[in-house]
Amino acid sequence: MLTWSNFLSQLFNGLALGALLALISSGLTIIYGTLGVLNLAHGAMFMLGGYAGYAAWQATGSFLVALAAGTLSVGLLGLVMERVIIRHFYRRPDEDQLLVTFGLGICFVESVRLIFSSQSLSVQAPALLTGITSLGVMMYPTYRLAVVGICAVALLALYVVLYRTRLGMIVRAGIDDPIMVDSLGIDVYRVFMVVFGIGAMAAGFAGIVNAPVVSLTPEVGEAILVQAFVVVVIGGVGSFPGAVLGGLIAGEIISLTSMVNPGYAYVMLFAAMAIVLLVRPTGLMGAKGRQ
Amino acid sequence: MQANDKTNRRRIIQLGAGVAGSLALPGLVREAFAADQQQPIGTWPAGTQGDSVFIGISVPRTGTYAVQGEDELKGYQLAVEHINSGHPLIKAISPKTTKGVLGKQVKYGVADSAAKPNDAVQAQQRFITENKAIAITGGTSSAVAVALNKLAQREKVLFLCGISGSNDTTGKDCVRYGVRQNFYGETAANAIGPALLKAYGKNKKAAFMTPDYTYGHTVTKSVNDFLTKNGGWQMVTNQVSPLGAPDYSSYLTNIANSGAEFLINVNWGHDAVLSTQQAKQFGLLPKMKLVIPYQIPFLAREVGADVMEGVYAATDFWWTLEDKYPLAKMFVQEFEKKYGYKPEWGAENAYMEFALWAEAVENAGTFYPPDVIKSYESPRKLQSMVGEVTWRAQDHQLVRPVVIVKGKKPSAMRNKEDYWEVVEVIPGAGLMQKPDAFGCNLGSYT
Repeated sequence: MLTWSNFLSQLFNGLALGALLALISSGLTIIYGTLGVLNLAHGAMFMLGGYAGYAAWQATGSFLVALAAGTLSVGLLGLVMERVIIRHFYRRPDEDQLLVTFGLGICFVESVRLIFSSQSLSVQAPALLTGITSLGVMMYPTYRLAVVGICAVALLALYVVLYRTRLGMIVRAGIDDPIMVDSLGIDVYRVFMVVFGIGAMAAGFAGIVNAPVVSLTPEVGEAILVQAFVVVVIGGVGSFPGAVLGGLIAGEIISLTSMVNPGYAYVMLFAAMAIVLLVRPTGLMGAKGRQ
Repeated sequence: MQANDKTNRRRIIQLGAGVAGSLALPGLVREAFAADQQQPIGTWPAGTQGDSVFIGISVPRTGTYAVQGEDELKGYQLAVEHINSGHPLIKAISPKTTKGVLGKQVKYGVADSAAKPNDAVQAQQRFITENKAIAITGGTSSAVAVALNKLAQREKVLFLCGISGSNDTTGKDCVRYGVRQNFYGETAANAIGPALLKAYGKNKKAAFMTPDYTYGHTVTKSVNDFLTKNGGWQMVTNQVSPLGAPDYSSYLTNIANSGAEFLINVNWGHDAVLSTQQAKQFGLLPKMKLVIPYQIPFLAREVGADVMEGVYAATDFWWTLEDKYPLAKMFVQEFEKKYGYKPEWGAENAYMEFALWAEAVENAGTFYPPDVIKSYESPRKLQSMVGEVTWRAQDHQLVRPVVIVKGKKPSAMRNKEDYWEVVEVIPGAGLMQKPDAFGCNLGSYT
């Protein structure tokens, strides 16, 4: 039924999903843009953020502690993963990278299944953010409104790190020309490790932020990984602003199509991706693309 | 000729049993004799020549139906254990069972179907080819059940259907080699419909949530047809979502704006958990009354008793039926002893499917598939966890009661697993459509 209230609600659904996708995709795109690694374990890391947060929430009852645990533990995992495994694959063919990250993703999912079983688990949002907020023309779950704000703040923080710090400058320079950065005496590999850690943190953070919205299962990262890749392609590979724009576009396409016919939501998403690729092969905000 | 063969066979069995006086020998003699008389078919007699027979089990261990699949697997495993040891519970259902089936131990292999038809078919094809599986089982998704039905008929190997709620499984997609013991869309509708009309009255507006495959569409149609025809209810929206949808916000937003008074959630597995929890987040619950026409095992555990309070659901089995049925009590005790929790109906369904298979084979006195099928088709009363049941020969559907439950108030729960109150146990015969109503044509024996 097409009403103003329905339209606005769906617009908000799109915004909430879009903000989350932007956050996940930004991690994916920073890692690919800088390191050239297509991280197929990114969805599993999103899932790990949720479960680590769940464990912390169970132990302490505090959502803030859960937020910190989900983010930091996956960030740390990212650093270890880069140092122990990923760095050996920088010079290997793309398909090797895909296989090793895909395999790691499976290991993460099955480990979680072993520990927590397949049964759905729930993380409660803080009491302040539960319930429903009236926005005049419509009612909307308070926590979902908060998700938009939380994701916006996190994206802003990522922006500041990438565009307003020395580290960010090196990262961006590394995306354009890693050899030149290396020749300037900067330890590119250390930067790479930090970048992978930041990307993982973004996934873990998104995972725990999303946990009160969904019920956690070991597969929670699978569908979102596919969407995140579509976002990266629409926005432009390696582009942080592209990930944000792509995320919002994807979220709105899924939601607004669902208002009319939910069955076509993903068809429209992939159609949009195809159109973007036809008109701008490097994505909406992509540069020339990696060599 | 056939009758003579059977008479001869029985005579020889009796002689063999008398002479040998052993438990295992009669089975061997019968099989050896049958092999001389019949043409090989499917995995018979190759799969029955050793001292064991093999069943291929495919259940979802990953994906949206994983929790229910694991519960089913436990039910199958307990049944095999009981069959092989000649446990009193199996003997109550299959009186001729001693140890094993026809004296042969039952072995099995397990594959993860992920609720995907292709995965299930590939795994079962492997069990049939490599292990000479004499029967296959699986389900939890009706799409899988329908696919395995077709495989079973093609390979001439029995398919003992796991959970499958679609009308099609023993309807338009029925096969001679498939049998199903659990209730399905039409029975669910006819069982829960009157309870809903009695509790809530006529002329209500309902929103449906439907998973986009054979189970979802047939259950939604059956329930909607019943409520529309008998109670003047109106379907104001039907939100159809893919299996394993990551988020239901768009569907729920459409429902919130539809003017519905009832939310009839046909989703299953994790999809049901997620959609129900999100319906609460969106404020739809408890403003709208939730109805679960085809209950999801573990739903109450996963979403919490507060959400399920007062919710009507149709189910195959709930553990408090142990107060009414001695076999249910035995099953619940045995299951809890082994696995540490009360079984839900996935486990009960799986256990019964194997127990009834053992009964059918023992009754046939052979593993020869056409004879086993005829054994299923011969009318006789059988014992089950929910009283007397009987197979319907025309479509291989078990005629069994459907249980209507209602979510208990959290404060009224006797223990942490006491989620549902059994409202009614409705005999199956009156709930079922006519055998040919959904276009069943069983196909050939050979």
